[in-house]
Amino acid sequence: MFDYETIRVIWWLFIGVVGIAFALTEGFDFGVGTLLPFVGRNDIERRVIINTVGATWEGNQVWLILLGGAIFAIWPAVYATLFSGLYAAMLLVLFSLFFRPAGFDYRGKIEDPRWRNTWDWCLFLGGSLPPVLLGVLVGNLILGLPFHLDQDLRAFYDGSFRALLSPFALLCGVTGLLLTTFHGALFLKWRSEGVIHDRAVLAVEALGPMLLLALAAATLWVFVGIERPEITQMAANDAPSNPLNKTVIGNGAGWFGHFMAHAWMWLAPVAGFAGLALAWWLGKGESRMGAFMFSSLGIAGIALTVGFGLFPFLLISATDPRSSLTLWDASSSHSTMLLAFWITVVFLPIVLLYTRWVYKIIWGSVTEASVLKDTHTLY
Amino acid sequence: MFGEDIVMLSRMQFGLTALYHFLFVPLTLGMTFILGIMESVYVMTGREVYKDMVKFWGKLFGINFAMGVTTGLTLEFQFGTNWAYYSHYVGDIFGPLLASEGWMAFFLESTFVGLFFFGWDRLSKVQHLLVTWLLAIGTSVSALWILIANGWMQHPVGAEFNYETLRMEMTSFADVFFNPVAQVKFVHTVAAGYVTGSMFVLGISSWYLLNKRDIGFARRSFSIASAFGLASVLSVIVLGDESGYTSGETQKIKLAAIESEWETHPAPASFTVIGFPDQENRKTDYAVKIPYVLGLIATRSIDEDVKGLKDLREESVERIKSGMLAYDNLQKLRAGDLSAKPAFEAHKADLGYGLLLKKYTDKVVDANQDMIAKAANDTIPKVAPLFWTFRIMVACGFTMLFIFGMTFYYCATRVADQKRWLLRMAVWCIPLPWIAAETGWFVAEVGRQPWTISGVLPTHMSVSSLSADQLWFSIGGFALFYTVLLIIEMYLMLKYVRLGPSSLHTGRYCFEPRSAH
Ligand code: HDD
Ligand code: HEM
Ligand code: HEM
Repeated sequence: MFDYETIRVIWWLFIGVVGIAFALTEGFDFGVGTLLPFVGRNDIERRVIINTVGATWEGNQVWLILLGGAIFAIWPAVYATLFSGLYAAMLLVLFSLFFRPAGFDYRGKIEDPRWRNTWDWCLFLGGSLPPVLLGVLVGNLILGLPFHLDQDLRAFYDGSFRALLSPFALLCGVTGLLLTTFHGALFLKWRSEGVIHDRAVLAVEALGPMLLLALAAATLWVFVGIERPEITQMAANDAPSNPLNKTVIGNGAGWFGHFMAHAWMWLAPVAGFAGLALAWWLGKGESRMGAFMFSSLGIAGIALTVGFGLFPFLLISATDPRSSLTLWDASSSHSTMLLAFWITVVFLPIVLLYTRWVYKIIWGSVTEASVLKDTHTLY
Repeated sequence: MFGEDIVMLSRMQFGLTALYHFLFVPLTLGMTFILGIMESVYVMTGREVYKDMVKFWGKLFGINFAMGVTTGLTLEFQFGTNWAYYSHYVGDIFGPLLASEGWMAFFLESTFVGLFFFGWDRLSKVQHLLVTWLLAIGTSVSALWILIANGWMQHPVGAEFNYETLRMEMTSFADVFFNPVAQVKFVHTVAAGYVTGSMFVLGISSWYLLNKRDIGFARRSFSIASAFGLASVLSVIVLGDESGYTSGETQKIKLAAIESEWETHPAPASFTVIGFPDQENRKTDYAVKIPYVLGLIATRSIDEDVKGLKDLREESVERIKSGMLAYDNLQKLRAGDLSAKPAFEAHKADLGYGLLLKKYTDKVVDANQDMIAKAANDTIPKVAPLFWTFRIMVACGFTMLFIFGMTFYYCATRVADQKRWLLRMAVWCIPLPWIAAETGWFVAEVGRQPWTISGVLPTHMSVSSLSADQLWFSIGGFALFYTVLLIIEMYLMLKYVRLGPSSLHTGRYCFEPRSAH
């Protein structure tokens, strides 16, 4: 059907789609969790906030699980190197995700204020730590990770956990948090009325400029302060996957040069910045759905900017550039990629259809009255 | 090549977190079906009590489900964090199975679980029933894919080593999907889940009946659980026997270890009911044997012999020697010497056996007789733990067969409420399905040692390049989170079991006037 080179590109796009779906959907769940203790001042307000995502957070989380599964299937070497290399960071992401299922499901099961308050802060941690950590991770993807592969293609990580927390990576972490919180505030505004709605608008108003500023700073930093390796020679794009069959130099034309060389790539950062700016502008005012949609566009643009910027790299090695993994030499076999392609082509639309149906059923503003009416079934 | 401690700690961590995940999985598998059955009865008869049953048992299911999701996330991460070389080596086969599970199962169950809880007033009766069944189907489809993945690890078919990419690659998806080991594993394991759900509902309903509260509610739950439970426990036992048969074909060493069958005896082999396996001297003390039975289980005949561990070890020696040749020619191939290809192809199937030597020498080809002997010994797993855990599982199975058989019979004759000894027994036996399932996994996974992928990739090669400190950090984290979470979960479970259907606040159940609110 598709030749090896084509399917490698298709899958690079598909993984982008899954990643963006994760950022968009779980993004607002994270954001709502982060805002929870601040926007909700008492139990009933907090219940309203939780129930705006109560029926759907679980389905949204599957995008993350699928992202892991898809990387495992399509780029096994990336899955292996990234997860084992960033061992402590990955486990912290995992541990912070632990707070969520129990927080959502168990909070409402006991009436005691101390119990509920504790879970509220757990939901806050579960909503704010992952975006910070994932932001740091993206920062390090851009900086390159200290790892090398040996002759058997076994990955060795040569850095430490502390080394991940460079100033640039921390800026990316903060940006990640601002991004999900902003997006979450827009979602919350869309699905609530009264005080919650008004406080969500205040959050949108305050977070928008901070987010744009952080993004601009990070972009500038990438363009002027960070080196980008360049592949000087490699096997054909449809050769069997073996990352060691190439040569790479540590510093090439740089990130800016990379975007200039592929001018169409500028669409991504433009969409990112414009989308978020418009979301802020509209979000301060009356718009509910429109603002949220622009913020979604913005997030997609930012994600694509990172993806395009790295292309064709998936994981850059800062210490042994030759070990860097690219979409041409770290993928699974041709037949496995085709198989996964067909599975995705069939199931992606089905999942989208029934997810849409579920959202349609539960849609509508969540209010104190609606929570009290179903007080024994809602969270 | 890696410190034994890294390998040990990684195994311990994976084993414990997987066993922990499997505390919640079988209950989810069973409860969703029982909820589907109860709700079907509700939709057909229109009687409110069945709706209350779905809601109340659904609450308990929800408490459990949250933990299933939490602990499942761990496993999804853990292949990459702790088994990096494994992930690289078999990701081409294993990854698509895990991704399929995401597309076809996790989305289904996780999207509809929200609607199951929050959709009561927003959906028609039939629509809600559909949602419940989709949830149930989602959980079983999830089991299907992960067990195909696990079945492939036990019996790796439809895949081949590629010397250019230095890993296994899928050659036939159909072979992987229709792997006989995966099929029996799936049916045995989901049936085990149904037994777990049934025992849970049966035991708790019995407790209500013993306390003479919510009788109508409890009696109906009790009958559904006993009927579904009887069907499930029968399937588990029949299919367990089927597992034994497929192991006899595909994993001879595991089966021989379970049976502590040291020597190949002339057919038909007898079955050791009980005894004390002695690994060092390769014999079983005080064995009580039933003639013919092992031969029947393992080969479905009385004239084929079941190979003993000593002979199987000799086969390993041969395969290790052939594996050394495979490894040697692989190095030549990679250095560009294409003339080594025919020799490599000839011995390729034994490459994994060659890798067993990596534990003793990095070069593999320079292994001496002593190293080969040690590696061959490694292919025999620890017999005594397998022998005993297997028997615990089987004992649990037959005890539950007895319970479900009796409760079903007394339900049919409408005297179950009066059989207080049986009700009490049902309460005390609630833990049995969990014990059986955990020991079952122990047998399946420990029996596969020293391999992660049977005959292909040794466990000590599979781990990530980590340090012991890193592993202690993660094990500490899991110990902390999992202990706290388990305490909270058990507390809530017991609280809601005690409250019973009154927790629904319908005003129809025991305690309602007091805790009215
Ligand atoms: C026989 C069944 C079975 C087995 C062997 C496993 N699981 Fe599981 N898993 C389930 C059956 C299940 C389930 C029934 O679908 C769960 C359990 C409870 C639940 O909430 O869904 C689930 C949940 C669950 C989740 C959360 C899914 C969601 O959000 O819906 C993940 C990511 C995993 N599992 C991953 C794994 C991995 C990587 C395993 C391999 C080691 C594994 N599970 C073994
Ligand atoms: C949830 C049910 C499961 C349980 C309870 C379970 C249990 C165990 C146990 C006890 C071990 C340790 C064996 C030892 O150290 O001797 C282990 C190892 C392992 N299992 Fe499982 N397992 C389960 C499911 C799976 C599945 C579905 C897979 C793959 C799809 C899998 C893959 C592995 C791997 C990679 C190891 C580590 C290597 C090893 O020690 O063999 N397990 N498991
Ligand atoms: C009473 C007769 C039973 C027999 C003969 C039996 C047989 C077996 C065998 C041979 C295995 C190992 C399969 C392998 O090596 O891969 C196994 C595994 C297992 N058993 Fe059983 N079993 C019985 C009862 C039960 C019961 C009652 C439960 C739980 C309720 C249970 C749960 C499991 C589980 C979860 C596994 C691991 C998954 C698998 O390998 O299929 N078994 N059983």
